[in-house]
Amino acid sequence: MTTVAEKSARAAGKPATMAQALTRAMRDAMAEDPTVHVMGEDVGALGGVFRITDGLAKEFGEDRCTDTPLAEAGILGAAVGMAMYGLRPVVEMQFDAFAYPAFEQLISHVAKMRNRTRGAMPLPITIRVPYGGGIGGVEHHCDSSEAYYLATPGLHVVTPATVEDAYGLLRASIASDDPVVFLEPKRLYWSKADWSPQAPAAVPGIGKALVRRAGTSATLITYGPSLPVCLEAAEAAREEGWDLEVVDLRSLVPFDEDTVVESVRRTGRAVVVHEAAGFGGPGAEIAARVTERCFHHLEAPVLRVTGFDIPYPPPMLEKYHLPGVDRILDTVARLQWEN
Amino acid sequence: MTVQELPGAGASHRPTPPPAWRPRTDAAPLLPDAEPYRVLGTPAADRLDPALMRRCYAELVRGRRYNAQATALTKQGRLAVYPSTVGQEACEIAAALVLEEQDWLFPSYRDTLAAVARGLDPVQALTLLRGDWHTGYDPREHRIAPLSTPLATQLPHAVGLAHAARLRGDDVVALAMVGDGGTSEGDFHEALNFAAVWQAPVVFLVQNNGFAISVPLAKQTAAPTLAHKAVGYGMPGRLVDGNDIAAMHEVLTEAVRRARAGGGPTLIEAVTYRMEAHTNADDATRYRGDAEVEAWKAHDPVELLERELTARGILDEAGIQEARDEAETMAASLREGMNADPVLDPMDLFAHVYAEQTGRLREQAALLRAELDAEGDA
Ligand SMILES: Cc1ncc(C[n+]2csc(CCOP(=O)(O)OP(=O)(O)O)c2C)c(N)n1
Repeated sequence: MTTVAEKSARAAGKPATMAQALTRAMRDAMAEDPTVHVMGEDVGALGGVFRITDGLAKEFGEDRCTDTPLAEAGILGAAVGMAMYGLRPVVEMQFDAFAYPAFEQLISHVAKMRNRTRGAMPLPITIRVPYGGGIGGVEHHCDSSEAYYLATPGLHVVTPATVEDAYGLLRASIASDDPVVFLEPKRLYWSKADWSPQAPAAVPGIGKALVRRAGTSATLITYGPSLPVCLEAAEAAREEGWDLEVVDLRSLVPFDEDTVVESVRRTGRAVVVHEAAGFGGPGAEIAARVTERCFHHLEAPVLRVTGFDIPYPPPMLEKYHLPGVDRILDTVARLQWEN
Repeated sequence: MTVQELPGAGASHRPTPPPAWRPRTDAAPLLPDAEPYRVLGTPAADRLDPALMRRCYAELVRGRRYNAQATALTKQGRLAVYPSTVGQEACEIAAALVLEEQDWLFPSYRDTLAAVARGLDPVQALTLLRGDWHTGYDPREHRIAPLSTPLATQLPHAVGLAHAARLRGDDVVALAMVGDGGTSEGDFHEALNFAAVWQAPVVFLVQNNGFAISVPLAKQTAAPTLAHKAVGYGMPGRLVDGNDIAAMHEVLTEAVRRARAGGGPTLIEAVTYRMEAHTNADDATRYRGDAEVEAWKAHDPVELLERELTARGILDEAGIQEARDEAETMAASLREGMNADPVLDPMDLFAHVYAEQTGRLREQAALLRAELDAEGDA
């Protein structure tokens, strides 16, 4: 049931939640460009299990918002063929861990078609993947699979953390002539915290990180579901006299090194925070890169706060696994910040 | 406990039938023939179109010569690898001939010959196997998808493309080729299912050439034939003699016609044989005997047609010689094209990864540039 408040927000053209912003982004893209097609499991009458495609089939018809058979390789493989013929498919993978059957298509074809054909056949496909934990989901519903995607050249990988970015980044992804893996932090679907009271400001597109909170003592580098946690940690750290800067990557590929490096050179200290496992995770790459470019500016090694290197835990244990404010603060303390 | 002993069970108790929800019932019209369909050497050959058959013959002879030339090029080190289609030329050529210009071909890694028969420049078609680039042609220009090395993965692409074309109101049929081994892959299943549910204008052509590298069909499937697999998806399955180009042409034409008319997809199993090894790198004597290969020699696709056409006076010595001469001309130009060293630009490594270069790739490109410049200076 949509509440009256939500309805009026939509009528006023102002999505109140990330979920609504995503719906709105697809809706606007479909209205503007007849080649945009949404497809996936349950995206039609149901509007997706998270209701992100709510109303699209009704408004644009089942040919534009299509309930497919239950087959992820088939969905993505068919999307490849559709893109080869000039359409812009927006594919919904129902949950992070259910995208894995489509990896063959993703890695062997989606990521490589432009390259294989010397640029003759780019594939403008957006692959929406609800990801991450914190929603009490049972196993196979909470994976943070970004490391698999970002290890695959040819894909863009983006993840919004705010309502504005959900709209802006999804529009940019659909408009991109390259395939984009669009990771949706599912626990932020219904968060409203970051929607500005005015109409959405234009947000930068793919490949730009943003400083979400300015600070001087250390930089927290994060993205997606961990952004609100880092912002909270930064507030809490004030009491201890720490002034933390928080950088939201927004885009993992391309990775906006300059914004990150600039921040770390200024603060001299850095912590990378994400839910995905630490070993071989995105933080490893970021820490290496920061070390390479900021070595003489660093007052301490780049540290990481990540999920443990374990299969995603059952819901009753996930709070021990996910990076929380305390673990972030403890790690910040290990930067041996003095005076 | 038997049914009789169940409380409440008895002759008078009739369970109410479940409400109807099943989408389809009658499988019979979808079932393939028990024996591969044949035209050559049967009364059906009376209705052969002489002009079409002469064209088929010329293409078969060219195709055989193409296979021989490509294999020779591997021996000279000009091709990294070549999966031969000797024995399978009728399938390759019929697949190309039944398509209209606006239609699309989705070949597997073995189907270079089908791409060439569709009109692709033989040298461009071999770029992948020579190793200078993955796809040597613009797929949109020729309406030939890149040769797919991961097995069966091109099948859902064919479905998506055909579906997209139909959504746009275009008259386009996609013909997708796959080997017998490829039918065991999940993508084969997903593609057939999608195609049938969407009623997409697609023709799936399975070349059952007996082996997936070394694994025989009996270890690949327990189905009576691969064509039977169609029934479960709700599309017709056709079993056809893959060495009989007249039968292949007829069955494929009918499937393409059906797809074009909105009748949905068809699965065709062409029963054929791979006369040579899997590729030049394979030793086929480890998994099959000479007797089997010899037996198939008697059923050679080129000779089958040649015999039929000469017996019927459609083809004479002069016609045969003409086809051979044409094939030699093609082989000579292929040799010439392949003997010229391709000019490669190492900077191409970074040119086609993304629409816009990432900072990371710019840096790496600069590194390579500097290395190349240093090499040039040395
Ligand atoms: C997904 C995948 N698995 C394995 C291979 C390695 N491989 C290449 S060809 C081949 C056999 C294919 O047999 P079949 O489908 O019958 O086609 P044919 O070679 O007979 O044309 C295998 C296993 C591959 N290319 N792709």
